[in-house]
Amino acid sequence: MEEDVKLMKGNEALAHAAIRYGADGYFGYPITPQSEVLETLEEQMPWETTGMVVLQAESEVSSINMVYGGAASGKAVMTSSSSPGISLMQEGISYLAASDVPALVVNVMRGGPGLGTIQPSQADYFQATKGGGHGDYHMIVLAPATVQEMADFVTLGFDLAFKYRCVSMILADGIVGQMMEKVVLPPQRPRRTDEEIRQQCPWAITGKHGRKHRNICTSLEMESPKMEENNLRFQAVYDEIARNEVRFEQYYTEDAEYVIVAFGTVARICLKAIEEAREAGLKIGLVRPITLWPFPKQVLADLAKRVKGMLVVELNAGQMIEDVQLAVNCSIPVYHFGRMGGMIPNPTEVLDALKLHFNDIK
Amino acid sequence: MKEEIIIAGFGGQGVLSMGKILAYAGLMNNLEVTWMPAYGPEQRGGTANVTVILSDKAISSPVLDSFDTAVVLNQQSLDKFESKVKPGGTLLYDPNGIHHLPTRTDITVKAVDAMGAAIELKNSKTYNMILLGALLAMRPVVDTEAVVKALRKTLPERHHHLIPLNEQAIEKGRSLVQ
Repeated sequence: MEEDVKLMKGNEALAHAAIRYGADGYFGYPITPQSEVLETLEEQMPWETTGMVVLQAESEVSSINMVYGGAASGKAVMTSSSSPGISLMQEGISYLAASDVPALVVNVMRGGPGLGTIQPSQADYFQATKGGGHGDYHMIVLAPATVQEMADFVTLGFDLAFKYRCVSMILADGIVGQMMEKVVLPPQRPRRTDEEIRQQCPWAITGKHGRKHRNICTSLEMESPKMEENNLRFQAVYDEIARNEVRFEQYYTEDAEYVIVAFGTVARICLKAIEEAREAGLKIGLVRPITLWPFPKQVLADLAKRVKGMLVVELNAGQMIEDVQLAVNCSIPVYHFGRMGGMIPNPTEVLDALKLHFNDIK
Repeated sequence: MKEEIIIAGFGGQGVLSMGKILAYAGLMNNLEVTWMPAYGPEQRGGTANVTVILSDKAISSPVLDSFDTAVVLNQQSLDKFESKVKPGGTLLYDPNGIHHLPTRTDITVKAVDAMGAAIELKNSKTYNMILLGALLAMRPVVDTEAVVKALRKTLPERHHHLIPLNEQAIEKGRSLVQ
């Protein structure tokens, strides 16, 4: 058992999981607090084992465009960065989305805006879930709360990206990137062969191989009626994703009078606050969205019919709270508690925020 | 069993690696573990601390506001964390450079001159292992065998010849509090 269970940082687990997924390429540029992703890949030298390419590009703009090229040829490719670097990638992400190509982008968020701080944050929620780049597009956004999920979501993110031909993003806070926990890595999968890519990705640019037509991956369409058709196609895919891929966890909600909504590591801080509250007889529950897009609206709408209020706890000034308010359609009071700039609330502060907003919690 | 530990000092004192060895030892004892560092951009001279949680059940928050045990290695850390030790908990500190002594009476307070002991061992790098030995003597949350296994896991092979010295340092630390 000891051999299978490893102790590593979230960033390291993510890098190992990428190799084991059978990823074809990683293109990135170092930035705290996710530099261990590139460092671990360089240490592991997967180009000598699985043949995976690991390349430190000259910038984040180059990284995302290298991803674009790899993705268009049907390869499983990814990049990772932290907030300022992800901002630089937004144009490329929009192009990827508009070209119907699959890719995995990882954002280990740090405090912003601007260069901000290297400490943890969740202030890129809007950027990740509401576009970020230009145009009507969505990414599937996965929010890990444990080192195990940092590894597991690489597999899930790639699989969903290929299933829907879209971009998946792992939106992690700096805490889960930097902390060490036990993790069981997935088994090593072989990289797909060129033949498998041709079969599984008939759209990919792999050479004609006897086909008459050329495959073209582009985001450009000068004729408006066709561009509208493209948009309708994207939206149909997003609708399908929204129907099929909502993921969340809930704790202690069966008898809850109030519910905390939080994602990533913050959800775990809230869970400890709730465990303490339960010892004092307070009926508090927790909903942890795992997919931030598509957002778990239904569970919150259902809970709103029987709980008295919700508190949204985030490492930002109030971003996910807008989706919670929409989900409950303002039928119950929804408040926000946030820390910013790399500050992290502790369980007591979460309990204090609950007591501040809801007078019958004492 | 659940032990919530903070280890705090200057960057360069081995705070993070001491926590890492403790976490690995927990892994060897089949415990659930989290190791959460907090440090500034500076490698040396700045303050650094690490929260290590060892538990036989799943761990919720890696971020804590109170601790069963605090190991503090400078005045700033003592000022910050003395009040955060749970009543009945343990505070272990190195008196070197401490001008304002701890005042709590509802916790076990122990001064460990780890720097003096490291000088006796003629290797200042044994500092954090001496403290780990002292910590484990007071709070036997993992066994020494697990710590040695952890050292073997965390140290690169070229440093494995130093494991006996580290074991010696752990024993030295134990003897300082017994």
